[in-house]
Amino acid sequence: MQIYVCVKHVPDSAANIHILDGIRIDEKVAFLLNPYDEHAVTEAAALKKKVQDSEIIAVCLGKPDAQKTIRSAMAMGADRGILVETDEACDSMTTARALHAAIVQDGSADIIFTGKESIDSEGMQTQFRIGALFSFPVVTNAASLDISSETAVVTCELSGGRTRSFELALPCVVGAGRGLNTPGYPTFPDVVKARKKPIKTVSMDSLSITPAAGFAKTVSLTPLVQKRHPKKITGTPADQAKEIIRILRQEAKVLA
Amino acid sequence: MKKTGILIEMEKKRVKDTTLGMITLAARADTDLYALVLDGVDDPACEILAQYGITTVVDLGLSSAPEIRLNPAARADAVTQAAQKLQLDVIFGLSSADGKDIIPRVAALLDVPLVMDCLDVDLEKNIARTSQYSGKVLADIQLTGDVVIFGIRPNAVQPVPSPAQAKKIKMASDSAALPGSALLSWDDGDGAQAGLAEADIIIAGGRGLKNSDNFSLIFDCAKKMHAAVGASRVAVDEGWVPYAFQVGQTGEKVSPQVYIACGISGSIQHFAGMKTARMIIAVNKDENAAIMANCDYHVQGDLFEILPELIRQL
Ligand SMILES: Cc1cc2nc3c(=O)[nH]c(=O)nc-3n(C[C@H](O)[C@H](O)[C@H](O)COP(=O)(O)OP(=O)(O)OC[C@H]3O[C@@H](n4cnc5c(N)ncnc54)[C@H](O)[C@@H]3O)c2cc1C
Ligand SMILES: Nc1ncnc2c1ncn2[C@@H]1O[C@H](COP(=O)(O)O)[C@@H](O)[C@H]1O
Repeated sequence: MQIYVCVKHVPDSAANIHILDGIRIDEKVAFLLNPYDEHAVTEAAALKKKVQDSEIIAVCLGKPDAQKTIRSAMAMGADRGILVETDEACDSMTTARALHAAIVQDGSADIIFTGKESIDSEGMQTQFRIGALFSFPVVTNAASLDISSETAVVTCELSGGRTRSFELALPCVVGAGRGLNTPGYPTFPDVVKARKKPIKTVSMDSLSITPAAGFAKTVSLTPLVQKRHPKKITGTPADQAKEIIRILRQEAKVLA
Repeated sequence: MKKTGILIEMEKKRVKDTTLGMITLAARADTDLYALVLDGVDDPACEILAQYGITTVVDLGLSSAPEIRLNPAARADAVTQAAQKLQLDVIFGLSSADGKDIIPRVAALLDVPLVMDCLDVDLEKNIARTSQYSGKVLADIQLTGDVVIFGIRPNAVQPVPSPAQAKKIKMASDSAALPGSALLSWDDGDGAQAGLAEADIIIAGGRGLKNSDNFSLIFDCAKKMHAAVGASRVAVDEGWVPYAFQVGQTGEKVSPQVYIACGISGSIQHFAGMKTARMIIAVNKDENAAIMANCDYHVQGDLFEILPELIRQL
């Protein structure tokens, strides 16, 4: 099988984010493989173990520095990588077009894995756009996956403990959720091996993408500061409980 | 005038309050408001929709067979066809559990821009406000296109009536043609957590509860105040409650009226899921826990003393 995995290079969720000129973030923070995409790579590696003669290709749209994320994906099992290089911040319509074009140029996908969302832009949509460009069926927030020769049976999580199981014709796009598997830390030999695996770099221009009719543009970024001024509730536990109930009734007006 | 289509979510045949809030947000601009209903709509529901400003109720008449009705691909397909037939300029849907699997499909099928999880939308300029970077940044994103789509965070806007006259139309979609995606089975769980994202009050527990037996304190308290139950990732990873309870960056993102955090330290990733709550009350024995500096009320003390008191007094 040709297994493609879309991996995004994102700031660490624990990083302090500083905003520059009210429009972009200071990129001098630790970047890593988008956590949901770790689940995607882990699933691809499990699939490769089951299906003989499979190849895993990690595909990323990003700045040259995003090579690091492709290396992480390789340490977790990807055989080679494709970096579509751009210095622009792309919206998800352009991103999906670039990833689609890079995959088409490279080979023929039997399955494409993505994460359910990227933790920086929190777009929740690239997987559906890739699917629409290929006319492949798409599921998101996958929690289990079973592949037979022609189809994929996937269980997806809605929130609230609800699930849906689908049978998808292959090729298809699977957006990985947290329930899908437990990514392991790569071993040192895996990391060393990953350094020798090939990464193909393609420029955005060489893909000659037809732009979408519409677009999304970030017009400003502001830190989400908390304007909260904590007040202390004191006294015995009984006093404290009484005061909480008063606040719920009189201030928040959520209790009768 | 612009035409805005609003994807209506119902529960037990009633229009959800979070949906009404979304209509209120759309009604701030001068547009014709179309309610797009997938699950059937009776007269009382139509009246409610009109009360909040809907002028046309569109019954999309999706098949009642669950394999179709519960399949997000089928739902998105019906909405997409309606958007084209009605020549909508704007589409609103809730960024809810179901919405997250439908709205992006519609955007992809129409190939038009979308912002999910909007806290606010300026329909004059098509600028949406949303959170990014694990809730650390507010981004204003402007959409340009023939059609633009916004997924609205549940509870982002409180519903305010704005009465209009509504007519009802039926619009069958040429569905069933769903290449390559069949719904095999569905499990709606025990329904206990279905309302987490939409609850007015959430009481959540973390590592401070120490074990799954103690977590019943949170459940008992929730029952008394008709609250939903949430949890930190630690409580989920320890197996005290299922993943459906997790609030945070990798769990549910919630905006209740009141969020009561018990034995939760307030990590960045937990905050990412609840920082837009109107009021945060923290119960923690450590005065220096991050959440104590980032809430509206903090109760320094032992939750094993305070929660039983709360349960007793409620
Ligand atoms: C990529 C990533 C994603 C993550 N996503 C999430 C997420 O979605 N949601 C999430 O919650 N976390 C998430 N985390 C984990 C997060 O970093 C924290 O580890 C977690 O939130 C801590 O949970 P906690 O507050 O319950 O535990 P702790 O941080 O251990 O805090 C326990 C608190 O309980 C208090 N306490 C103890 N005993 C008592 C008592 N008797 N009475 C009162 N107070 C008491 C303590 O003072 C302490 O403040 C994520 C982490 C990563 C790296
Ligand atoms: N620049 C990118 N490069 C590679 N994959 C991406 C990129 N952006 C998004 N994706 C994939 O699409 C998924 C959803 O992203 P998003 O729509 O931004 O939430 C991610 O988990 C990735 O798998």
